[in-house]
Amino acid sequence: MPIQYYIFLSLALFSIGVMGTMMRRNAIIIFMCIELMLNAVNLLMVAFSNYWENSNAQIFVFFIMVVAAAEVAVGLAIITLVYRKVNSVDINILNRLKN
Amino acid sequence: MLLLSIDWSFIIEKLILISVILGASLGVATYATWGERKVAAWMQDRKGPSRAGPFGLLQPIADGIKLFFKEEIIPNDANRFLFILGPSLAMLTACMASAVVPWGPSIELESGRVIALQVADINIGILYVFGVVSVGVYGIMLGGWASNNKYSLMGSVRAASQAISYELAMGISLIALLMMTGTLSLAEIVNQQHGFWENGWFTWNVAKQPLGFIIFLVCAFAELNRAPFDLPEAESELVAGYHTEYSSMKLGFYLFAEYVNLFISSAILITLFFGGYNFPFMDQVAGSVSPVVFSIICVLVLLTKTIMMILFFMFIRWTIPRFRYDQLMNLGWKSLIPLALVNMLITGAIIIWVLN
Amino acid sequence: MNPHQLVFWILSVIAIGGALGVILSRNPVASVLFLIVTFFAVSGHYILLNAQFLAIVNIIVYAGAIMVLFLYVIMLMNLNGDVEPQKSKLLQFAGIISGGILFLVLLAAFKTTQLSTTPINASTSIGLISELGQVLFTRFVFPFEISSILFLSAMVGAVVIGKKD
Repeated sequence: MPIQYYIFLSLALFSIGVMGTMMRRNAIIIFMCIELMLNAVNLLMVAFSNYWENSNAQIFVFFIMVVAAAEVAVGLAIITLVYRKVNSVDINILNRLKN
Repeated sequence: MLLLSIDWSFIIEKLILISVILGASLGVATYATWGERKVAAWMQDRKGPSRAGPFGLLQPIADGIKLFFKEEIIPNDANRFLFILGPSLAMLTACMASAVVPWGPSIELESGRVIALQVADINIGILYVFGVVSVGVYGIMLGGWASNNKYSLMGSVRAASQAISYELAMGISLIALLMMTGTLSLAEIVNQQHGFWENGWFTWNVAKQPLGFIIFLVCAFAELNRAPFDLPEAESELVAGYHTEYSSMKLGFYLFAEYVNLFISSAILITLFFGGYNFPFMDQVAGSVSPVVFSIICVLVLLTKTIMMILFFMFIRWTIPRFRYDQLMNLGWKSLIPLALVNMLITGAIIIWVLN
Repeated sequence: MNPHQLVFWILSVIAIGGALGVILSRNPVASVLFLIVTFFAVSGHYILLNAQFLAIVNIIVYAGAIMVLFLYVIMLMNLNGDVEPQKSKLLQFAGIISGGILFLVLLAAFKTTQLSTTPINASTSIGLISELGQVLFTRFVFPFEISSILFLSAMVGAVVIGKKD
């Protein structure tokens, strides 16, 4: 397949992720949409690394996965904490920082 | 492209191999249930299944028929799709791991065609096994959640956290092994353990990585949900854990998947640490028989070793009492993972300063 | 259409369908499952690109670890379609429109780039584990060590935040 197809595919996945973050109010789903966007970027990087015959991009994907794993561990801990305090994962509740 | 340019005889060969391996693993798993009951009976000075056929040999078939004809109950508030997906996933992942196990050396036919007794020799073989194992957690989690029952949910959470915790120590203990072999392909690892004795030391990895083997073995017990780590089921204390709501063949799938897992992981253990299909004096044997007969001998050797491993698993089940949940977690996180890390350090030091 | 292209299209349809399922399904557990399907399709793409190591790491890390965490949290919070907060129709519509516009803009930007249309090489060896290991432990060894510190701090952070007080 020419590289263009991979570009379009990952663009589509990325845009769906963006739509998801804007459409949903559930913090966990938004988090998942961010993972989806990261995956779209990863796919693009692997395709380009193949295109340029250069493995640096694949190492970069590896690091993105590392960061994503760390991010999920902390992020889900924060979401659980919020859920314990306000008994909801609705992000609109989180704008009431004062009380 | 290279992968997909179709070679039909290749596909047919692989299909036959896959069906034989699937059939064999299902068959061994079926008789593992019988073997388990016989071993239990022997250790408790009973007779075990003895009515259906000679020595109760038809008992597994009778059990299967019984499970098929039982009434199938799906709880009203259960999520039907996920409820069915759970056991199917458990079974699927149990069968999938067998794809990378090398069951014997390649046979070279007179026409020059080489038949590999391994479904796929991929260069990331062990990682593939890990991938399959980590996906296997979903079968348990989805089944427990879809039942819409608190006890099932708690059971599935316990089972899944156990599986995830022990995956870590398992992976780290394997890294030490991989540092010595320098490859992830299972076929290559078996080739490196050729024979039994070479250059004044055993060739089998168990002699090179004794600590790694023990850690891996303990983790395998935990991954397989077998005693002394059978907390997910703990038939004498819990309400059957994550499969409380399951009945009929779906329950059968869950229970059967554990036996398939037992067989496959014993085979992988043998492949990684006990030389796979290699046996002492295999070169002399290879010289005196035809290649096809030699391959058959190798497969039989692997099967014998695997069955001995399964028997070992069964003996442990009836000798060691069950752990408590906090003891299980302490053992995994505070003993096995540090031990595996130390093992990795020692292996690295030996590779750098002694072997070079 | 050769088999390679056929597999590409099948995987792409699965990936996009799964991604749409993530954002459209009401039940969070279904969203997680759709996302796992998407990850598997992306892994399939990696295999087509002969990046075998990343393909399997994608499955182990994303499908095997990250999504299990998500599933855990969702199951223990007992979230299901009934308690799912919904944005107003207008805001949802605005989200779709803006996402679609972003897609179009990016598409238009890429449309004019000069890239060769030769099919990419599916049998290159750069994605194999030995090659990647060479690069990772020579050129990128420092970031690799840093990432271990990142992991450690994330672990400590998660434990501190998640601890009952």
